Amino acid sequence: MPDGAMTKTAMLEIADLHGFYGESHVLHGVSLEVRQGEVVTLLGRNGAGKTSTMRAIMGIMGKRTGSIRFQGTELIGMAQHKIPRLGIGYVPEERGIFSSLSVDENLTLPPVVKDGGMTVPQIYDLFPNLKGRGSTQGTRLSGGEQQMLAIARILRTGANLILLDEPTEGLAPVIIEQIGVAVRALKQRGFTIVLVEQNFRFAATIADRHYVMEEGHVVDMIPNDQLHANMDKLHTYLGV
Amino acid sequence: MSHLFGIPPQALFGQLLLGLINGSFYALLSLGLAVIFGMLNVVNMAHGALYMVGAFVAWLLLTNAGVGYWGALVLASLVVGLVGLVLERTMLRRLYKVDHLYGLLLTFGLALIFEGAFRHQYGVSGQPYPIPDLLKGGTNLGFMYLPTYRGWVVVASLLVCLGTWYAIERTKLGAYLRAATENPTLVQAFGINVPVMVSLTYGFGVALAGLAGVLAAPIYQVSPLMGSNIIIVVFAVVVIGGMGSILGAIVTGLGLGLLEGLTKVFYPEASNIVVFVIMAVVLMVKPAGLFGREK
Repeated sequence: MPDGAMTKTAMLEIADLHGFYGESHVLHGVSLEVRQGEVVTLLGRNGAGKTSTMRAIMGIMGKRTGSIRFQGTELIGMAQHKIPRLGIGYVPEERGIFSSLSVDENLTLPPVVKDGGMTVPQIYDLFPNLKGRGSTQGTRLSGGEQQMLAIARILRTGANLILLDEPTEGLAPVIIEQIGVAVRALKQRGFTIVLVEQNFRFAATIADRHYVMEEGHVVDMIPNDQLHANMDKLHTYLGV
Repeated sequence: MSHLFGIPPQALFGQLLLGLINGSFYALLSLGLAVIFGMLNVVNMAHGALYMVGAFVAWLLLTNAGVGYWGALVLASLVVGLVGLVLERTMLRRLYKVDHLYGLLLTFGLALIFEGAFRHQYGVSGQPYPIPDLLKGGTNLGFMYLPTYRGWVVVASLLVCLGTWYAIERTKLGAYLRAATENPTLVQAFGINVPVMVSLTYGFGVALAGLAGVLAAPIYQVSPLMGSNIIIVVFAVVVIGGMGSILGAIVTGLGLGLLEGLTKVFYPEASNIVVFVIMAVVLMVKPAGLFGREK
């Protein structure tokens, strides 16, 4: 993806998003935008609404109001299974590797929704650990390998916006490093990525901008190059 | 070879064949129940009634429209499948968010309504259904006489069972089904229309019951009570095999049919309860069933 004019367009625009699980009101007016080719993180403490924002984008939420536009198309009110077909890939926090499916079946499960997805050999180049494990039961992989598989299966589909929910959670530093390499490679390839992270040291190595969330809405936006200048503020937000 | 354990071989093999036939129906019916339970988490008490409806549709097609056995195999399965689709879309769908028990009660009520309606219309005495010309007669195997139609039922249900197993365990569509059984929300988030898949799964599961009903029509008579006679044993089969296990349903169905046949030879008094005795033992030793996965 060339830099320049393209990177100025907002690919995902969220405005005054409210979200509910049953009676409980979890998102209180989230507004943010993600430009094409950017890596943007959502930072914040547990319960700040990061995962809920992702679930709201995917339509996995009881009731939503406000606006979520992806490449100009309004997602609120759209049938849930149509949202990913616009080119949005979701990697959930719990990874969601299926135990009744082999690694191969897990990898090829999400249907291809657009041209231009990565091929299986390209995916194996990115995640060599998955190579040769095809017939293994999906959940027999290690935690790190399951995380790689969860990302890998989205890359085949041609989705150009990827929602990554805490890809480093519970993983050893050496694995986190591998995931970081892969995410940077995806950015190079032109994927637009929204990343939820608790580990902002990891986030700082790959992101262009950071949105800080508190109590169900965005309270601040910090460009990555100003991260060091804002360290004190960030420490207060995250309570670290 | 005049006697085997003091039993004339004709009697032994005759009962084994009968057991194999019953087992074929157990397998077909418990397979449908397993597919439905796996995907919908619904214990489909209407399964026996829909098996009966399948047989009646075949009989009605023959007596009213002159559609014979082969046409009925396809048409009656389709009709029952469609009835299933309507039931799922209009009623069952509303119950997925509440306890399994509600689905069980709803389908039990539906079973009573179906049976009552057919009983009201056609009485309880069975209607005969002729064996199709192609499958009349039989073969003397030397040790026993094999009626062609019964041989066909065993082969046909085995093929359908294995085909279903293959489709679920080895194809892409089956992978969607297995994945949606585990985590429907995520499968939906990959862009698959899970509610439609759920409807079609229910339709397919009950279509298997309809097909079993047509296969059964020439052997047992077509009667409104034929479903409730068989369904209790089928539920025991499902429990023994393991709720939701496809292979478990097939293997236990056939195995228990054979075992029932053997019991009829050696100790006829126990033949009606042997399945339930085994169910009790399996539940004590392996509560998830022989092929079930412990949660």
